[in-house]
Amino acid sequence: MAEKLTFALAGNPNSGKTTIFNNLVGAREHVGNWPGVTVEKKSGTIKNNGREIEIVDLPGTYSLTAFSMEEIIARDFIVEQKPDVVINIVDASNLERNLYLTVQLRELGAKIVVALNMHDLAGQRGIRIDAARLEQLLGVAVVPTVGNKNKGMEPLLQAALAVADGRKALPEAPIRYGKELEDHLTDLIVIAEGDAELAQACGAKWLALKALEKDKAVVEKLERSSVWPKLSAELRKVEKHLEDIYDDTADTIIADARYGFIAGAVKEAVKRPSENRLTVSDKIDKVVTNRFLGLPIFLLAMWLTFKLTFTVGEIPMGWLETFFAWLGGLFDPMADGLLKSLLVDGVIGGVGGVLGFFPLIIMLFLAIAFLEDSGYMARAAFVMDRVMNKVGLHGKSFIPMIVGFGCTVPAIYATRTLENRKDRMITMLVAPLMSCGARLPVYVLLIGAFFATKSENYQANLLTGIYVLGIVLAIVMAMVFRKTLLPGQGAPFVMELPPYRLPTFKGVLIHTWERGWLYLKKAGTVILAVSIIFWAAMTFPGADNEQYETLLEQVETTYAAQVEIDKTEALQAEYEEAKGALENTMASRDLEASIAGSVGKGMEPFIRPLGFDWRIGISLLAGFAAKEVVVGTMGTIYSLGGEEDEESAPLREKIGKDPAYSPAMALALMVFTLIYLPCMVAMAAWHKEAGSRWKWTLFLIAYTTALAWVMSFAAYHLAPAFGIEKTNPIAITQEAEQPWASFLQHPAPADQAAPAEVATPESYEPQLDVPTAVPAAEPKIEAPIGKEP
Amino acid sequence: MAQTLNELRAGDSAVVVKVAGEGAIRRRLLDMGLGKGTALKVEKIAPLGDPIDVLVKGYHLSLRKEEAKTIQVQEVRRG
Repeated sequence: MAEKLTFALAGNPNSGKTTIFNNLVGAREHVGNWPGVTVEKKSGTIKNNGREIEIVDLPGTYSLTAFSMEEIIARDFIVEQKPDVVINIVDASNLERNLYLTVQLRELGAKIVVALNMHDLAGQRGIRIDAARLEQLLGVAVVPTVGNKNKGMEPLLQAALAVADGRKALPEAPIRYGKELEDHLTDLIVIAEGDAELAQACGAKWLALKALEKDKAVVEKLERSSVWPKLSAELRKVEKHLEDIYDDTADTIIADARYGFIAGAVKEAVKRPSENRLTVSDKIDKVVTNRFLGLPIFLLAMWLTFKLTFTVGEIPMGWLETFFAWLGGLFDPMADGLLKSLLVDGVIGGVGGVLGFFPLIIMLFLAIAFLEDSGYMARAAFVMDRVMNKVGLHGKSFIPMIVGFGCTVPAIYATRTLENRKDRMITMLVAPLMSCGARLPVYVLLIGAFFATKSENYQANLLTGIYVLGIVLAIVMAMVFRKTLLPGQGAPFVMELPPYRLPTFKGVLIHTWERGWLYLKKAGTVILAVSIIFWAAMTFPGADNEQYETLLEQVETTYAAQVEIDKTEALQAEYEEAKGALENTMASRDLEASIAGSVGKGMEPFIRPLGFDWRIGISLLAGFAAKEVVVGTMGTIYSLGGEEDEESAPLREKIGKDPAYSPAMALALMVFTLIYLPCMVAMAAWHKEAGSRWKWTLFLIAYTTALAWVMSFAAYHLAPAFGIEKTNPIAITQEAEQPWASFLQHPAPADQAAPAEVATPESYEPQLDVPTAVPAAEPKIEAPIGKEP
Repeated sequence: MAQTLNELRAGDSAVVVKVAGEGAIRRRLLDMGLGKGTALKVEKIAPLGDPIDVLVKGYHLSLRKEEAKTIQVQEVRRG
């Protein structure tokens, strides 16, 4: 008895394989990737009667020809790792097509235990299967199971153990390909056996079959073998002969022969009801994919998905925000400084950013798991394929696009439903162009600031226009990518429409959780690292704020003195205003002097043609953390503090009246915000989901930036043609307020001399060169007598 | 006269003569059970006219008309 056994789970998509895997392995599963590819690999080790068994879930496939990544993975695993038993999950109500894979597994020489799954449903449909007879005819062990009711799992495991230990011998049942083909195969096998090593590893019959099928991977292997010259000559002869008799190619004849073998077995072992009753599933489909109702139902399903993701997901998102605000608040007593800033803004901000998206992702996965497990996803693709195919996408690409309007991060994950890599990459490349919720505050601020004089209708159209631009660009870019970057057909739209099933609660939850966990594990770490780097770039090296710090001290001393005499609410408010203004000014100076500030200034020559200056540059850089941060950063730059939002009147006023800006610039900035690279959380998710390949991630960065530049350039320069000016009609040169100056005018305590002359730095204006000289005069405020040592 | 699958209307039944196309798609169609002599029925056509839903070997298979064009059928019975 082998120490540790390996059982591989194989089966068609929709055969209930995942449910059986979950039943067998439960929470002990390990989710990773197959080596070198982005296809998910699930496995888990269980104990049965003291025996360790590793259960490996092979990708769901219909066949084992080497055309898709999934098929190659499944095949290679069986050929190279030689699992002790292959548990083949078969949908009992759809036996013939499911057994096609079984036949191919047998060709590989695997020991097979067939799980005759959803046995109850088949029974309800009047299908009677003689399991013992099927065993004899197919040369496998057969165990009836009902995966979603967790029935038949122990018998399945025991049967697999019996087969692995040799306690149960599998019946002899050679696969018959028909006389003509059999004869040829015999000849080919004799030649293939000449390479004993290869024949030993893969089986001579399998090699012969695959060579006839012109299987690329196998032919490559054979070409390196010593028997190839002889084998290839014989192959040509056989092909010619088969063509002459059947007027068809060898692979067609082999596929037909497999189905013929299955048909023979099914005829003997399965009784079907004579009349074809309309199944419940067919009845549902009559409505769901109905010519008139199909589209409205699809749109309703999408609306529900969107609602579930964002409306419901927002609730726990709010809790998390509150929690992280509270967590950050715990550090309040800590002295202000770098460590505090790192912990609160860098670490807690970063972790909060990661976890903040978690509810959205979980809700989206919940919705998708339900759509997939119920069988609706295939119908959605069926209904939408016509439209999506026109623009070079797949029917299933629609879902990520819709979700993208809420948030790009779950949209990236939603592309997982696309099996074909090309389809998926194209969808991932264009999904960020759907304007996500975080970009809205930027539009609202800019429209409020620069288009306030226009009618409400005009403003609404402008906002809609930005969204429409995103959609149009996505369609155009998808077509361009399909033609240039990833040419050729996507997945052939040859897809099963599986029967509708009520998803099991457990199945949906496991599905959701494992995907959500993957987000935390994979994207989370990257996002945290990037947040800290960003925090550092916006903090260091910091400005020389000595003069303002001195002023702050003065304000505090004055307040301490005043409070003794006259503790009023007005004083309190004045003090807070003065203090706040000083702190905001320092924050603004710090940001300007930081690495990010320098980069923003360095960017100016590149963004000048779009009407942007370095302040916009910094804001756009900061927007990489999250797009709505563009607004907060503008607030910081204008010395209003980082808490400004799009509804904030002071920020709107300041930007709107800034002579450096104009409505045309605002339009260009909206376009730029729409298109330029997605936020770092989306980027991290994107990078991981694209297979962590820098080539693609860098391409995404390059193309979004270039497209954003070109479109913004066009917007800025074409705007005047549409009556949007390039100069600011309401420009007012604004003096920076210095509320601290007036505060320091407060009379000193009665027994003191007349109010001191207060020197303040020159008026501070962010767009001008900032004074660096420390104010000459030292303020002459003295501490109250009583406090003197 | 041989027809191709894309020419059938919803409700029509037929028998496969040959899958003409080539490469991965043809292979996929064969693997999905559309071999010579297979009986099939066009269940319905998508609301926008493409793809189609074909009942074959007891299950529903959807494919685009583009692919259906490569499948030659005979013995067409109008539904």
